[in-house]
Amino acid sequence: MTVDCDISDALAAQVCDAAAQAQPLRLVGSDSKAFYGHPVDGEVLSLAGHRGIVNYEPTELVLTARAGTPLPQIEAALAAHKQALSFEPPAFDGPATLGGAIACGLGGPRRPWGGAPRDLLLGIQLLDGLGRCLRFGGQVMKNVAGYDVSRLMAGALGTLGALLEVSIKVLPAPKVERSLVLSMPRDRALTMMRDLARQPVPLSAACHFDDRLYLRLSGNAASITAWERRIGGEAGSGESFWRDLRDHRLTWFRSEQPLWRLSLPPATRRLRCENDVLTDWAGAQRWVYSDYSATELRDEVAQAGGHASLFRYGDAETPVFHPLDPVRERLHRGLKHTFDPHGILNPGRQYRSI
Amino acid sequence: MADSDLTKQRSALAALLRKVVGGQHVLSSAEELRPYECDGLSAYCVVPLLVVLPADAAEVQDILRICHAQQVPVVARGAGTGLSGGALPLENGVLLSLARLNQIIAVDANNSCARVQPGVRNLAISEAARPHGLYYAPDPSSQIACSIGGNVAENAGGVHCLKYGLTVNNLLALELITIEGERVRLGGGGLDGPGYDLLALATGSEGMLGILVEVMVKLLPIPQRAQVAMAAFDAVETAGQAVADIIATGILPAGLEMMDGLSIRAAEDFVHAGYPTSAAAILLCEVDGGNEEVSEDIAQVRERLLESGATEVRTASDDAERSRFWAGRKAAFPAVGRISPDYYCMDGTIPRKHLPRVLGEIARYSEQSGLRIANVFHAGDGNLHPLILYDANNPGELELAETVGGRILELCVEVGGSITGEHGVGLEKINQMCAQFPPEELEMFHAIKAVFDRHGLLNPGKAIPTLNRCAEFGAMHIHAGDLRFPHLERF
Repeated sequence: MTVDCDISDALAAQVCDAAAQAQPLRLVGSDSKAFYGHPVDGEVLSLAGHRGIVNYEPTELVLTARAGTPLPQIEAALAAHKQALSFEPPAFDGPATLGGAIACGLGGPRRPWGGAPRDLLLGIQLLDGLGRCLRFGGQVMKNVAGYDVSRLMAGALGTLGALLEVSIKVLPAPKVERSLVLSMPRDRALTMMRDLARQPVPLSAACHFDDRLYLRLSGNAASITAWERRIGGEAGSGESFWRDLRDHRLTWFRSEQPLWRLSLPPATRRLRCENDVLTDWAGAQRWVYSDYSATELRDEVAQAGGHASLFRYGDAETPVFHPLDPVRERLHRGLKHTFDPHGILNPGRQYRSI
Repeated sequence: MADSDLTKQRSALAALLRKVVGGQHVLSSAEELRPYECDGLSAYCVVPLLVVLPADAAEVQDILRICHAQQVPVVARGAGTGLSGGALPLENGVLLSLARLNQIIAVDANNSCARVQPGVRNLAISEAARPHGLYYAPDPSSQIACSIGGNVAENAGGVHCLKYGLTVNNLLALELITIEGERVRLGGGGLDGPGYDLLALATGSEGMLGILVEVMVKLLPIPQRAQVAMAAFDAVETAGQAVADIIATGILPAGLEMMDGLSIRAAEDFVHAGYPTSAAAILLCEVDGGNEEVSEDIAQVRERLLESGATEVRTASDDAERSRFWAGRKAAFPAVGRISPDYYCMDGTIPRKHLPRVLGEIARYSEQSGLRIANVFHAGDGNLHPLILYDANNPGELELAETVGGRILELCVEVGGSITGEHGVGLEKINQMCAQFPPEELEMFHAIKAVFDRHGLLNPGKAIPTLNRCAEFGAMHIHAGDLRFPHLERF
């Protein structure tokens, strides 16, 4: 068992040295999401040793931990007080770290109701590309002093800073959770998901694939029972199903064809590029295997008001993330240069030239 | 600038802008400009060079191109209800009012969202969504009047933040015009956008990074039911502990508000909410959700409040009583306004466990300064609104109130909190930014601004202090002997 440890001085020294030599760094927590983004050719900056819960007071609903802290350690500490990470961070290929979960910005099946990492993020301590240790946000729920640099880091894939410490809002775990399964084709399922999402249903997940609609209800037992009666269907297999969906361990994800992630206005009807689709987030997130070229697929998704990432098993040429328009690209470059003037933090991981 | 130069600049710029928006939508005479001299923080007043009122995004683009070419600063203004002077005009700057961009473009119930222009009032969004069974969650107490554009600029909160988040948690996309006049969309039609989270960066940026022309907000289903309990306490410390006790039950209240004795009595005199006027503090705890859930939770809340030492707990018997309980809280600021010629509203946040210490210190400042202080507290999320009562007609009292206010904010920072939870920094709290952030972080903020606005034309002088200003402010603290009000203790 590894022990809690503060190695921020060593990490800062490594970034300082790298900055002096313009040596690119590849930021690594537990490397559970190594497949996500473009490969980075650089010296490893390992954050896994910087670990431990720094502060957790259940009645304040705030937890502060070092970036390398494994999520299972955090989840266990929270569970002891009947609390949880409401963004249900995916772990994928192993014991993900808190820093990695925030830097990748991914949310699990609960995301439309429980929020994304950025929604729960309260404050951070980071190393910028010069190895300077900076703090933004804090340990309070509401804080509008200065620009929201903390949230800017969520999903930036470590290209703007190496996260050292993270403060997040934690929430009471649902008292009861039960799942339902209904057999129905995709179009009907999409209509039903949107109908439910518009009503005060205690929904906490809604996904469809292979002609089955899977729903999860969370909260008070009596309310759940009332809604189960109205919705119908059969009892679902529960927690393990949702964890497998979260970590892409369902059989549906077995293929090693390029896997696209589409983020769309949730009521968007079936797109032509969706040859084989798993619909999650009540329609807002779709995992797709497609015959379309990357350009055709992205055009169709953009037309519908969304964006597409080549999440996994892409080829070396196709950009992983949806290309930016010129204004946003300029802003991205400017921010990258501001936080990392020598371009040494995960260069090219998100957009090849940034 | 000399008056004659200002006059010349005014008429030359007015002529250019009139070509864009038409004659009547550029205000340039003294009597037209006067109403725009302040926002909701009326202690600070500056008459702008010009006021311009565009009709749409294209006009905003043209106005910004002109101001950029002429290197004229631009201050954006929504409904003018902001409490930190964020929309305070500049003598040599254009005040860009977004009041005419006031259309709800679409309520899209199927996608649980609405597209609105920045001048739309906060409450108007929920009113438009109601027929679909939906609403927009953030509800700052000025929601009848404040605009969504201003809410985004300040990352406004309200009484339901603990459960439903701030403005930033309830947005899907923003359309922004850069100072160069380019239009850019941040966020996406789904739950996220590609690349960096510029939507979050722009939210709460106080008009310093771009001008909003469209907002896509998230709409939520209206809960089946909401119920509120009101509990009276004979000490604020007991009330503070009761808040922690409720959170420990695993219930996440939709609203959890505290008022101290002075605010209780002011509110009761004003709106007759039915508050117990002899209490040292009251808590309002609202739970919402499904019918069965609310019944169970409110019973548990009631029980826990009594165990925690409440002297009395009342649950609203119907919607009318529930509205009345809330009316007192929502009218707390104007109610305090009735018992004092002027008041100064602060907006610090603290980790809730430090509440007894912070309230104790505030009481001490009140005693030392001779100014009464009423406390209204978003207890669930640690956002404290001390209201400092003063009379601007008494020489020096405004300055005294500002000094006491500054000290309260510094105390919030000292216990690990923030100088502003939902009102923004604006001009008001710019000195206290020096207490909250070291120079490196402030430099980073300036560098971020420069990415969006290289020449510093958007709302210059607000939100982020220069390092020079902080050096002067720090020096003022050190040379305590030279301070105004030396009898006040400093730290």
